[in-house]
Amino acid sequence: MSATGDDLRNDRPRSGVKRLPSTVLRSALAWPRQNLFSSPLNAALTLGCIALVVLAVPPLIRFFLLDAVWSGTDREACVKPLASGACWPFVRAWFSYFVYGFYPPDQRWRVDIFLAALAFGIGWLAWLEAPRRGFGAVYFFVVLPLVSFVLLHGAAPIGLPVVPTALWGGILVTMVVATVGIVVSLPLGTLLALARRSEIPLVRWIAVAFVEFVRGVPLITVLFMASVMLPLFVPERYAPDKLIRALVGVALFASAYMAEVVRGGLAAIPAGQYRAARSLGLSYWGMMGLVILPQALRVTLPNIVSIFIGLFKDTTLVFVVGIFDFLGTVEAARGDPKWAAPTTTVTGYAFAAAFYFVCCYGMSRYGHGMERRLVGSQGAGRRPL
Amino acid sequence: MTLPANQAAVEIAGLNKWYGDFHVLRDIDLTVARGERIVICGPSGSGKSTLLRCINRLEDWQLGRVAVDGIELTDDRRRILAVRRDVGMVFQQFNLFPHLTVLENCTLAPIWVRGMPKRDAEALARGYLGRVKISEQADKYPARLSGGQQQRVAIARALCMNPSIMLFDEPTSALDPEMVKEVLDTMIELAKDGITMLVVSHEMGFARQVADRVIFMDGGQILESGAPKSFFDHPQHERARAFLRQILH
Repeated sequence: MSATGDDLRNDRPRSGVKRLPSTVLRSALAWPRQNLFSSPLNAALTLGCIALVVLAVPPLIRFFLLDAVWSGTDREACVKPLASGACWPFVRAWFSYFVYGFYPPDQRWRVDIFLAALAFGIGWLAWLEAPRRGFGAVYFFVVLPLVSFVLLHGAAPIGLPVVPTALWGGILVTMVVATVGIVVSLPLGTLLALARRSEIPLVRWIAVAFVEFVRGVPLITVLFMASVMLPLFVPERYAPDKLIRALVGVALFASAYMAEVVRGGLAAIPAGQYRAARSLGLSYWGMMGLVILPQALRVTLPNIVSIFIGLFKDTTLVFVVGIFDFLGTVEAARGDPKWAAPTTTVTGYAFAAAFYFVCCYGMSRYGHGMERRLVGSQGAGRRPL
Repeated sequence: MTLPANQAAVEIAGLNKWYGDFHVLRDIDLTVARGERIVICGPSGSGKSTLLRCINRLEDWQLGRVAVDGIELTDDRRRILAVRRDVGMVFQQFNLFPHLTVLENCTLAPIWVRGMPKRDAEALARGYLGRVKISEQADKYPARLSGGQQQRVAIARALCMNPSIMLFDEPTSALDPEMVKEVLDTMIELAKDGITMLVVSHEMGFARQVADRVIFMDGGQILESGAPKSFFDHPQHERARAFLRQILH
């Protein structure tokens, strides 16, 4: 095996020097012929796609980069040269609002620490070779939420002035809503999935009722009910904070979807795995935690990532109940008369789209990488036993 | 746990089980002595595997009683877990845990069920992996192993709990022919140690060599029970004769 490998390695430079140009040229032509122009239909599709790219991409580059305005202090800059390009100084002027909302400027270091701590936690969990990943999970699912709450909300006894959530906004709110949704929905959804397969009828019925009810209702309705109807039944004084109500709504909503996805993963595990775990004397929770769930969550990983991506984008819906998440702040800022120009709105939305795309595409790539890795680590994958 | 030497390893009395309308086990009475090696055979669908799974309560039943090592199996979860800790099982489809390495498969139960320190569990597991002659594969994932190797790992995994009874549910049926021998040899080695064994198998050579008693089941009933020689040479029941004619040709 290794001898053959050495031979190949020694062989390559010698013969490669002579053959390289023609081989490369031939393979460079062979690939498109095989893949892009293999049939008349395929060729037509290829040409059509090239035409689309040619039509769409240059105008976008012109608008957002070449013709764009890059400096200025108010609308004059973006209106003057009959501007036909994006108005980036508008984004720069409002940038801190996009990140912090109305969080008091002298307290914004708290948000910075939160975002850094969040990034650290994500990095710890996402990096598979990281040391002490068990502690990483505890940090992310327990320590981070508690510390973040104290840090962001404030606590008078330790000298952190309270910042009411009405002042929170922008990327801060988007990250808080998305993180809470993710941190709650994975464990809660898993529990709901287990409950739905429980042998105890009452537990099963409650899980089915919850999941089916939540999945049958649009998220926007859940949010409206949480923010408009709750105060009708509970005196305003005792009603929980508006942001917390929205967080609960989003988290429960995501949990219901997560439950269905995990349930699918559980169903994919062969009965023999349950039998083997039971025969070794493992308890129900031992069997689930050590044998079944690690496999089921692996199978489900692509779907879990798509739920996270959907959840991340759905956080924008909190805008309808008067919470200014990132998109909400863009929406509010584009009405600023100081920056009133034909291109302001498009620029603001383009900036928002870029932010969401970077976050979601990052999650998507990570999910793919993880899948490949898990298949690799088990050799031939799961051969049909 | 000191038990009287004469106490039976397994005692089954009046066992009846239905799947819906299908009467899968009928009035099973069976007493297995300590150290006894029993091979159970019979046509497919005769209830052999179901009977085996009742012994560690992977299946429950409607009527009758089963006691293992003097522990009567009821709905009481602690008793069920106590019995399962003491009864190892090997499956037709191996059922190794694909997300764990061979070594981790073997140490899982000692660590999490017996509360053994990881280092001790690994030493124990390496010992048993050596006994089934598969030490060098300890750090591989099961999917990288051949069927015969996987089944030997499954035997080692069960042995790591130091069971006093081993159940084998058609351990060689899913194997390619050339791998059957390595698994049977492992089981013959095991039989020499005096562990109580109940084996559902059609390997008649193994039964002749190892079994103290052969049991023939059909239609959910035990039709014959006797020493291998008398069973193979003079089967009493017509259905047993028909069965033997089929598998011996």
